[in-house]
Amino acid sequence: MEKMNRVNTISGRTMFCHLDAPANAISVCRDATQVVVAGRNIFKIYGLEEDGFVERLNLRVGRKPSLNFSCADVMWHQMEENLLATAATNGAVVTWNLARPCRNKQEQLFTEHKRTVNKVCFHPTEVNMLLSGSQDGFMKCFDLRKKESVSTFSGQSESVRDVQFSMKDYFTFAASFENGNVQLWDIRRPDRYERMFTAHTGPVFCCDWHPEDRGWLATGGRDKMVKVWDMSTNRVKEIYCVQTIASVARVKWRPERRFHLATCSMMVDHNIYVWDVRRPFIPFATFEEHKDVTTGIVWRHQHDPYFLLSGSKDSTLYQHMFKDASRPVDRANPEGLCFGLFGDLAFAAKESLMAGPPSVGDVGRKTYPGGDRRYPIFFFKKPDVTEQFAQVSSALSVFESEAGSSVGMDWFINTAQSYLLSGKPFAELCEHNAQVAKRLNRLQESTTWTMLRIMFSEPANPSLSTNHNLNKSGNLPLVNSFSMKEMSAALNERNKENRQDNIHSLETNLNNNDENEETEGSEGQAEYLFGDAELDDDDLYSMEHDNQAAEEPEYLLPQEAFPLRHEIMDHPSAPEPVQEKPESPHVSGSEAESMCLTPMESISLISVSQLLFSPHLPPKFFCPIVKEMLCYYAEQGDVQMAVSVLIVLGDRIRKEIDELTQEHWYMSYIDLLQRFELWNVSNEVIKLSTCGAIMCLNQTSTTLHINCSNCKRPMSNKGWICDRCHQCASVCAVCHHVVKGLFVWCQGCSHGGHLEHVMEWLKQSKHCPAGCGHLCEYT
Amino acid sequence: MMDVRDSSAGRWDALGSRDSSFRHAAMELVHQEVMRRVESTGPVPDRQSSSSTDALSSDLNSLLAHVLMLSKRCPYEDVRKECICLLQMVQDVGVRIPRPMGNGPSRFIPEKEILQVSKLDESTQSIFEDAFAVLGRLDNISLVIGFHPQYLESFLKTQHYLLQIDGPLSLHCRHYIGIMAAARHQCTYLVNLHVNDFLQVGGDPKWLNGLGEAPQKLQALGELNKILAHRPWLLTKEHIEHLLKAEEHSWSLAELIHIVVLLTHYHALASFTFGCGITPDIQTDGGHTFRAPSLSGYCVCDIANGNGALEEMFGNQQESSGEVEVLMERMKQLQECRDEEEASQEEMATRFEREKTESMLVVTSEDEECVPSRDVSRHFEDPSYGYKDFSRRGEHVPTLRVQDYSWEDHGFSLVNRLYPDFGQLLDEKFQIAFNLTYNTMATHQGVDTSMLRRAIWNYIHCMFGIRYDDYDYGEINQLLDRSFKVYIKTMVCSPEKITKRMYESFWRQFRHSEKVHVNLLLMEARMQAELLYALRAITRYMT
Repeated sequence: MEKMNRVNTISGRTMFCHLDAPANAISVCRDATQVVVAGRNIFKIYGLEEDGFVERLNLRVGRKPSLNFSCADVMWHQMEENLLATAATNGAVVTWNLARPCRNKQEQLFTEHKRTVNKVCFHPTEVNMLLSGSQDGFMKCFDLRKKESVSTFSGQSESVRDVQFSMKDYFTFAASFENGNVQLWDIRRPDRYERMFTAHTGPVFCCDWHPEDRGWLATGGRDKMVKVWDMSTNRVKEIYCVQTIASVARVKWRPERRFHLATCSMMVDHNIYVWDVRRPFIPFATFEEHKDVTTGIVWRHQHDPYFLLSGSKDSTLYQHMFKDASRPVDRANPEGLCFGLFGDLAFAAKESLMAGPPSVGDVGRKTYPGGDRRYPIFFFKKPDVTEQFAQVSSALSVFESEAGSSVGMDWFINTAQSYLLSGKPFAELCEHNAQVAKRLNRLQESTTWTMLRIMFSEPANPSLSTNHNLNKSGNLPLVNSFSMKEMSAALNERNKENRQDNIHSLETNLNNNDENEETEGSEGQAEYLFGDAELDDDDLYSMEHDNQAAEEPEYLLPQEAFPLRHEIMDHPSAPEPVQEKPESPHVSGSEAESMCLTPMESISLISVSQLLFSPHLPPKFFCPIVKEMLCYYAEQGDVQMAVSVLIVLGDRIRKEIDELTQEHWYMSYIDLLQRFELWNVSNEVIKLSTCGAIMCLNQTSTTLHINCSNCKRPMSNKGWICDRCHQCASVCAVCHHVVKGLFVWCQGCSHGGHLEHVMEWLKQSKHCPAGCGHLCEYT
Repeated sequence: MMDVRDSSAGRWDALGSRDSSFRHAAMELVHQEVMRRVESTGPVPDRQSSSSTDALSSDLNSLLAHVLMLSKRCPYEDVRKECICLLQMVQDVGVRIPRPMGNGPSRFIPEKEILQVSKLDESTQSIFEDAFAVLGRLDNISLVIGFHPQYLESFLKTQHYLLQIDGPLSLHCRHYIGIMAAARHQCTYLVNLHVNDFLQVGGDPKWLNGLGEAPQKLQALGELNKILAHRPWLLTKEHIEHLLKAEEHSWSLAELIHIVVLLTHYHALASFTFGCGITPDIQTDGGHTFRAPSLSGYCVCDIANGNGALEEMFGNQQESSGEVEVLMERMKQLQECRDEEEASQEEMATRFEREKTESMLVVTSEDEECVPSRDVSRHFEDPSYGYKDFSRRGEHVPTLRVQDYSWEDHGFSLVNRLYPDFGQLLDEKFQIAFNLTYNTMATHQGVDTSMLRRAIWNYIHCMFGIRYDDYDYGEINQLLDRSFKVYIKTMVCSPEKITKRMYESFWRQFRHSEKVHVNLLLMEARMQAELLYALRAITRYMT
């Protein structure tokens, strides 16, 4: 109780102070009033005051400080207020006694390590015991009453990155190594480790024992993972795994919060994250103050979860207040949207959003929960008091497409395939695309292409062919083609048709189970389902008997099951909750255009081009209009049009639209194309794009891993010959030569060969060319 | 030469197959092709013949040169035999056949010392077969590295990944950057090798006329190439920014990492090429001759370097006997007295400074700026820019502390992030190079050489101003004698000035395989040093 009272006296705010040099490590004294900062050129003690840091002591004394002061790590003794230990980059382990009367507080110097010492650690309860881990692969245990180490532990020549005494077991300590191993040692037995397991690929930079749970050890490695191991059982078991975005330099359990831990990274990423290990996909809280990599983190008091101290390469020392942390979950997109295989659409959003009043005159709206056909609860989680994630309850709607209504997107596929984006002069491209759009009965787009052509073509040749073109389109009254309002109204009409989808109940068991498994897996824990009292049982039942569940008043969706997995970057062809009316601000693009044309609505196009767009007008003149037009299309969900025009216009318009918007459009379009399996088109778009981020898409994950067809082992990277069985892998089943170009496999029997050979063979025969008897199919 | 490879790439490819029947069939094709040309050229190519037959005969000659290469270098015995037969047959018809020039893959190492493709153990054989299957050749560098198969495997894997497996850069760009890097050190061998590859993957021949003809994007790399090759510590984030933010000529970060790795790889490889005196490959110009053996057989490079006459190999053996023993004794002493006598901290600090400044005083043979030969220099700009000592008076550049930016902690993560999987490969390669040991020194067995290897590694990093806090630089002075330091410095800083005399004058009693081992260490240490500076600049740019 007394302890808790002391905790409560700690107060403060988010604050920082400038250090003179980058910090490598920090440590805090037991009563949380002072913090020590150590680095290559700094070794100071700061007092933690109500409204700032106050420098108390500079331990770096002497005119030309030696390398013993160049600290890789520092630790303040948790029992003895005046005792500190540092690990020096030159291999020295130094202890400091603040009670010494002279300026130089150095007490003992151990120079037994041959290489840099990466870590020092005091025993949590034993006053005189100090442990060190070094680059030379040895760990040494020092008794501070003696001049030299009392025992040496050999990790078998691999560098030691971290050593930590167990909080609960007096004799145990853990050591992590550069080769990815973690070893457990008994301090009494220096001859051999008790346990060893491989925790990461590549170096394990840090480890930390759980302050409460005996046997829980968190490790962080260069492979960007944080793993939590349970060592209380016979076999070491990985119980949680958090994937971060950069190599993990430090990991520290959060006091008083069983599932929370803080991490910082060694490279590239400067933030400090606090994770709930049960929610590994999104950090619970983030501190974003530092401008360079964070090198040391420590919770201010061992029983206070609200203050975190951190030191960084940017030469600052911060105290972070937990309430000031940013919560990424608040910024995460709480809506999820996914297309099914056959054009079905599932949409999950916060309940509060879904329950909004149905808007007038929109047929599509009827499908929202206003109709109150609820789906069975497939997941219900009782709020866990220790889990502080915002509880988001979501509703899921599934729109099943009518039979044959997937035709609704045919125009998209057709257009994507027929549009020409490059390879011809600008004018021809436009004309071609206009024809395509017209053929598909998309008159607005067709007209747009034609207009673009007129606007940006060389002034020399426009009118004649345009005239011709329009005359061919014949039955379309010219006036109409300009009245954008009407056109967009027509467009909306069509959209509405698309939205006449029926809402359907989930095909419960199938879908539910899917979802359920997924969430369970991601949580890594079945606790919610079985551990939490009676409510859960009911829910489980209701899951199996879906009729019953239909009456359940509400259902909750674990938030990461839908929206948080991956950001969905576009909602292009989603039915929009609020139907856009033609006069809504989004349509301003079209209005602008119709505005400038209204005075001559009844004049034929030729005269327009002569009057307004006289050859003296530079194409630049139209850029703002075109830009608005593009935005309009994108806003309407026709990102295809926006991107196609963007590509065809190329430099003419590119500078006008900011890079980020362009990138967004490209991503949306590419995503759509890939959903419709238009790989070739999507690749062409990627190639033609001018955004760096988009072009990079073609440069990533282009590797295909294959197994040898003879011995079924993975093939190494080079050559066509398997390392193990010394046979040529990927031999064509028809001509028996090694295939070095396009290779086609049968997914049934895994035989295959040159594309053309296999095609030819299967024209004549139904059986596999390899003679395995499989009836291969080539489609 | 390249025309042949172009038109008949498929023909040579099948020779690398592991299936002997494929090889046989391919050989058959080659045979027909050669004989067809022999017939069309006529029995004795005449000097006065018309230009058309001239072209034909040069075509035939390059074909024959390739066959000659196969007869010597192909890892498959059947191909070697058939090639010898073929050459014999052609000679019998009355056509002049080529013969290899020089003495094997290296000017410094007698051919008989180097691995013979005909006598390989199984693992090396399989490595060579893989390399041959991929490249259709076995270059002299691989043969010399073949002393250390374990390293060779990793080296070839990395190089293959770097050049052939898909990465951010297009194939011809990679070769062109390789050419740029090698040209910086005037390494004709590597330049020629990659000029061929460059053309083969469809590079624009115009680019080869000089850097000025290449796209502006590539020209922008000239500066990076120059600094990295000679004074990497001067690289700043502004250089990086300049490359990444250049409107339409800018590179992406992923590409830049690829470029940096390529440049450093080829700078280091150029060092190795000179350090081991690699001779031109048999099938390339200068690797073979059609002249009769009675004529002078010396390599052009030999003459250029002023050691036309073969030096007496073991001439000075007497005076230097016991060298190894002395070295071993010193290592032992250092090992022992380390715990007893502890140098003061100031002492340690000054030792690094001393070693740094001393490395400056180690003068490489000739110090005048030699003008690179015309054909190579066109691939880079500013030929006068060379290595300047790190610690010059007047300009003070802060040393890079490994504890603050190391390959394991920082470099690796950055490379792996932007060029997936490659960090892993490089990491393996560095580790193999650093840890490679057979526990032998000259004739002595069971020696722990880690101290010596570390001294060499750290000495090179010291020349680049990279300091290890936990290393006593006094050890370097104890372990590396002056002639060895001269060799190291020359090889790392201006490899084109290496002479055979230098190669021979250090570590006289050591075996050639051990000297190659040293060369590997030098190559990797240099690559890592350059890489550290480049990656640090990129990191700084990113933060």
